[in-house]
Amino acid sequence: MEFTEIIARVDQLAPGAFAPAEEGAGHVWVQPEQWLKVAQLLREDPELHFDSLMCLSGHDRGPEQPLWVAYNLHSMDILHKLEVRIEALREGGSIFSVANIWRTADWHEREVYDLFGINFEGHPDMRRILLPVDWEGHPLLKDYTAPDYYRGIPVLKDKRGWE
Amino acid sequence: MKTAEELKNFGVIKTEEMVLNMGPQHPSTHGVLRLKIKTDGEIVSEIEPHIGYLHRCFEKHCENVTYEQVIPYVDRCDYLASMNNSHVWAMAVEKLMGIEIPERVEYIRVIMAELQRIASHLMAVGAMGLDLGGITPITYTFRDRERILDLFEYVSGARLLYNYIWIGGVAHDLPPNFVQHTRDFLDWFEPQIVEYDRLLTYNKIFIERTADVGVLPADVAINWGCTGPVLRASGVEWDLRRAEPYSIYDRFDFDVVVGKGEVGTVGDCWDRYWVRVEEMRQCIRIVRQALDQLPPDGDVHAAVPKKVRPPKGEIHFRAENPKGDLGFYIVSDGSPKPYRVKMRSPAFCNLSVINEIARGWMISDVIAVLGSLDIVLGEIDR
Repeated sequence: MEFTEIIARVDQLAPGAFAPAEEGAGHVWVQPEQWLKVAQLLREDPELHFDSLMCLSGHDRGPEQPLWVAYNLHSMDILHKLEVRIEALREGGSIFSVANIWRTADWHEREVYDLFGINFEGHPDMRRILLPVDWEGHPLLKDYTAPDYYRGIPVLKDKRGWE
Repeated sequence: MKTAEELKNFGVIKTEEMVLNMGPQHPSTHGVLRLKIKTDGEIVSEIEPHIGYLHRCFEKHCENVTYEQVIPYVDRCDYLASMNNSHVWAMAVEKLMGIEIPERVEYIRVIMAELQRIASHLMAVGAMGLDLGGITPITYTFRDRERILDLFEYVSGARLLYNYIWIGGVAHDLPPNFVQHTRDFLDWFEPQIVEYDRLLTYNKIFIERTADVGVLPADVAINWGCTGPVLRASGVEWDLRRAEPYSIYDRFDFDVVVGKGEVGTVGDCWDRYWVRVEEMRQCIRIVRQALDQLPPDGDVHAAVPKKVRPPKGEIHFRAENPKGDLGFYIVSDGSPKPYRVKMRSPAFCNLSVINEIARGWMISDVIAVLGSLDIVLGEIDR
């Protein structure tokens, strides 16, 4: 299905879940409180059938701005694609977890939590995945500053010696 | 051999659960991976992979360097398939910028990518044999991989991390007689695969260890985001080179190899191994066709942009790597440095399924499953 047809189909099944799509944009913003319902629908509806989650990525627009998460969905039999985006608060932001809908999201959500600090509500095992459990801060935030010490080891910041 | 379920019901002896750490330094973990295995006697009841030992925040690095400078970093992600990685990165940035690539460059890139795919599969095949106790096969596959590395060294000057594929082109044109050298290599290499078949693929002990072990059903594979040989071994005919032809892959005649369950069940460890062996044969076909069609001349730097400054926007681009579907999500703010890069690495998803398929098997079967998933920690930890 084409992008506009997919949007129309979702609008018909879950009215008001998607924000009106921008002209010429290949993605759609979803209302955070409707996400779990929409995700279920996107996967289960036989006409949509997005059975594969290609990519899940966290994003930061800059200090003081809300964070957002992009879900790139794909259907292995209907062969159409959709990018869904959700906004989350910078401080204590939370999004419904889809780890039980697409299992791919399990580790990817943990990664977004690890690097951006967005909490995924209902995730079976929400903890850091790439960084040590006691690491402070979330490195991919634009206003992140690395700690001076980690467990007594100085964190190397001055690169002049090896650049 | 008794299945795990039968063994469990074999007697009434109740053993205590024990937690076993496999790794971070373990000969079969293909890097620094730690598997926390909960065992009930010899039987594995839960596997919890702990990753991140090689984490260097590649994505944060990307935000601080220019688009061209990212190439050495992506080369180091899947260090067994550097050419493929930089190929995907270059294609993603080119698509974001809307650059058309000269024909000759496309062919050179495909030849490199397919040779690299053979090299990566050789490593996977040899290492899996090694994991399962057969030390000889890896010496054979390494001998043959070495000849591919010689070709790469001839082209780019490096043997492992090439920095050869640039945005908009390649670093150098092919050196003299490269086409003939590659043809000689392919003619020599093709019979070697028969030797691997005799040595390992149809080896009785190897089949006993891998057939019917760690079966991954197709729907589970799709749901967990498994791609590449792991997905195809489960009987799903899905190859991005065929499904979403990028570069010039629509011009070549090749088969998508799908697991058939020849000696066991579809989607078992043996199938995952066998798909890689068969794919090497298909790679040879593609390289031969690419060498035949290679345009005789053309400037490989013709489309290299003076300044890489993609317009504002986002792109998600994915392509078929030896390990599966490698995707880049790039956000550009119009400056020479990427605003955000997300790398969706195939091995990350392929590894996450291990608890699903190796649970309920013996500890030694976990090794077989891990070998058959063919992971590279460089791209899992990024």
